[in-house]
Amino acid sequence: MSELQPTEIAISINGTTVSVDAGTTILEAARSAGVEIPTLCWASNLTPVNACRLCVVEMEGSRNLVPACSRECEQGSIIHTESERVALNRKMILEFLDTTNDLSESTELQEFIVRYEADSSRYTEPSQMKDATKIEDDLFVRAYDRCVLCYKCVEACGDDAQFTFAISMAGRGFDTRVSTEFDTPLPESACVYCGNCVGVCPTNALQFKKEFDLRQAAQWEPERQKTTETICSYCGVGCTLELHTQDNEIYKVTSPADHSVTAGHLCVKGRFGWQYVQPPTRRPSSPDMSS
Amino acid sequence: MFGAGGGTSSYQEVEEADFVLLWGSNAREAHPIYFHHVLKGLKSGAKMHAVDPRRTASARFADAWLGINVGTDIALANAVAREIIAADLHDRKFIDHSTSGFEEFAAHVQTYTLEYASSVTGVPADAIQELAHSYANASMAQILWTLGITEHHNGVDNVLSLCNLALLTGHVGRWGSGLVPLRGQNNVQGGGDMGALPNKLPGFQDVTDNSARQRFSDAYGVELNPQPGLHLTLMFEAMATGTLKGLYVIGENPADSEADVSHTRKLLTDLELLVVQDIFLTRTAELADVVLPATVGWAESEGTVTSSERRVQRVRAAVEAPAGTRDDHTIIGEVAQLLGASWPADTPEALWDELRSLSPMHSGMSYERLEDNNGLQWPCPDLDHPGTPFLHGWLWEDDLGGKERAPFSLVNHEGPKEQLSDEFPIRLTTGRALDSYNTGVQSRGYPSPIRSGDQLEISHLDAASLNLAQGELVRVSSPRGSVEIEVDIKTDQAAGLAFTTFHFPELIDLNLLTNDEWDPKSGTAEFKAAAIRIDKLTSGERYV
Repeated sequence: MSELQPTEIAISINGTTVSVDAGTTILEAARSAGVEIPTLCWASNLTPVNACRLCVVEMEGSRNLVPACSRECEQGSIIHTESERVALNRKMILEFLDTTNDLSESTELQEFIVRYEADSSRYTEPSQMKDATKIEDDLFVRAYDRCVLCYKCVEACGDDAQFTFAISMAGRGFDTRVSTEFDTPLPESACVYCGNCVGVCPTNALQFKKEFDLRQAAQWEPERQKTTETICSYCGVGCTLELHTQDNEIYKVTSPADHSVTAGHLCVKGRFGWQYVQPPTRRPSSPDMSS
Repeated sequence: MFGAGGGTSSYQEVEEADFVLLWGSNAREAHPIYFHHVLKGLKSGAKMHAVDPRRTASARFADAWLGINVGTDIALANAVAREIIAADLHDRKFIDHSTSGFEEFAAHVQTYTLEYASSVTGVPADAIQELAHSYANASMAQILWTLGITEHHNGVDNVLSLCNLALLTGHVGRWGSGLVPLRGQNNVQGGGDMGALPNKLPGFQDVTDNSARQRFSDAYGVELNPQPGLHLTLMFEAMATGTLKGLYVIGENPADSEADVSHTRKLLTDLELLVVQDIFLTRTAELADVVLPATVGWAESEGTVTSSERRVQRVRAAVEAPAGTRDDHTIIGEVAQLLGASWPADTPEALWDELRSLSPMHSGMSYERLEDNNGLQWPCPDLDHPGTPFLHGWLWEDDLGGKERAPFSLVNHEGPKEQLSDEFPIRLTTGRALDSYNTGVQSRGYPSPIRSGDQLEISHLDAASLNLAQGELVRVSSPRGSVEIEVDIKTDQAAGLAFTTFHFPELIDLNLLTNDEWDPKSGTAEFKAAAIRIDKLTSGERYV
């Protein structure tokens, strides 16, 4: 039986000793001890790709900062999650992203920018992504000027969830973009419109069309919005849906990443098939006595 | 199975199984998020064999695709069983301890040799053999099926033939091994759980069980009829003979969805009274004498639904319903009061608590616990019970607790009721597309970019012999009717097989073609096997 028992490992995080099972990442260990480490490309329902480096921490004895999201704890490690070196590193990552991309619709990154005093104005004439927003259907839009190339959408479309592989990174250097094969318009690509890429996007580069339309029309009113958990009305799998509504209209549908049925992922019907609930399809009615 | 109306396993189990047998199911399109669990299993190294007449989007992920002839599933399952026994791969200890009728079963399947099954099913003998060995040798194996198994005139026998395989190998009643019928419709499981079956009270208690029925009578304040009612298909037969004169339809659209639908429409039209309670004025509602506008259950009202893993989950109102609509339970309650019952106008939670007091398998599922646990899986008999991830664990107990051992079933290959003929030489089968749902009442409300409409998928070999071009409009006829539809020519589809979805009945009335021969044990019609003829519309004119 002993080989089935996970080995306990003790590490020090910011001076506090934390005991965890072997195989636990530094990020998980820190969170279990109440220590928050900022992340961008990490998500609980995706495999770490180590793309953004925002979660790096200092591990004594290691020359380089290590990514907390993927690095497993090692016995006796001494970790510092907010050292001066770590903070400077995060500040600069955030500044680089902020000079390149429009991060205005990412609440989380805006918080990190404040926390790490990132100041993108100290860079003169930075290169910027200026891609025009791609609107190719009525379900979601792709605003790649907001894309930080975190890989989350690619992972969700690929073997972390959907196994459709409609998108990947294309191009090199500054011209790297998330792209369909040969940059084919989405409706003609392999895309099956599950919207799982939109569900994991941290910067609103991928955005549900209804939300996009509301923002464009200057009708985006967060204080009039709420989220309600319910179950999808289509097949019998029973996916939990979070219906995001503004006033009395649904504008997007997501699913909680920590739910055992969906792991945060949906199909095209669950994600977009709700429109029959509201106008113009649904109209006031009254009992109809036709005879 | 074995007495309980639900899948035996949790979704998570298929992630951990090492062999997955997908039989008559295109889960990739019809149950996409369940298929995510399958894909996790495949990513971890599980093998999957897919049994389906078509090389579906699901079958493309399989290690082996067994392209079976429509309606020959029992021949294949019995041959798999025979091979498992012949190769001595069956679990004798489990069979002796937990099952009954093995000797008769072993004798019964003797005639289902690999050669015979191969000739009937069209599946190569070595593929049948490999399936048998892989399934039997797996440490954890799941059999998943949907309507490809059940929508036949002998659908129940089809299911039993798959259950035999699980009994033979002990692939049931333990974590990772099980039998999983994926439910095609939201809360079809919950409908059965709640007693929306002709012979069951809530919690699968028999109408004919006097003491069970008495408890319900006491709770409801009315004497309940001890006679089992009619299932859907028998209702239509009773309409035809004139013994059933009034019908109250809630959230169904039989005027579009039934097989041989022109016959159905006539029966509905001839009723003395048709009441339809729905969120839309469906084709069925258009035929009704009274239409009761309902709210949308999952977005405009409170309640519960049950999923394919027997998980009872809460639905909640997110938006206000249009004026003039009412919740289903409110409408039913008021109708009951008009009929003289003194039912109080209860909240959904109060109704649920009443159900919990009457259905032992739901007793432990308070609203509070359902919220805290993201739903609970039945049976959940008390407030301390964690719910039941898999069923029939008792099969593996040393003491079976007085339960009857699980019986093998002797079932035989029959094939589809409607034989192919010179007049109707092509086999038509039907199914769902990823972005659409049943008669389209809900799914046509959103602008799907991947929607292609209903098309008749045919083999390139048939297209060549009929001189048809891609997208060409043809006339398709069965003994019951005919429609015009575009062909979609497939290079990986068997000759003699045609497939179509049925999501746009307002454009193409495909259920004019389908066969309403039905299974006397389930009442389900044989949607999956009609005989058709394809005629070129105007020969020579439509070359593209």
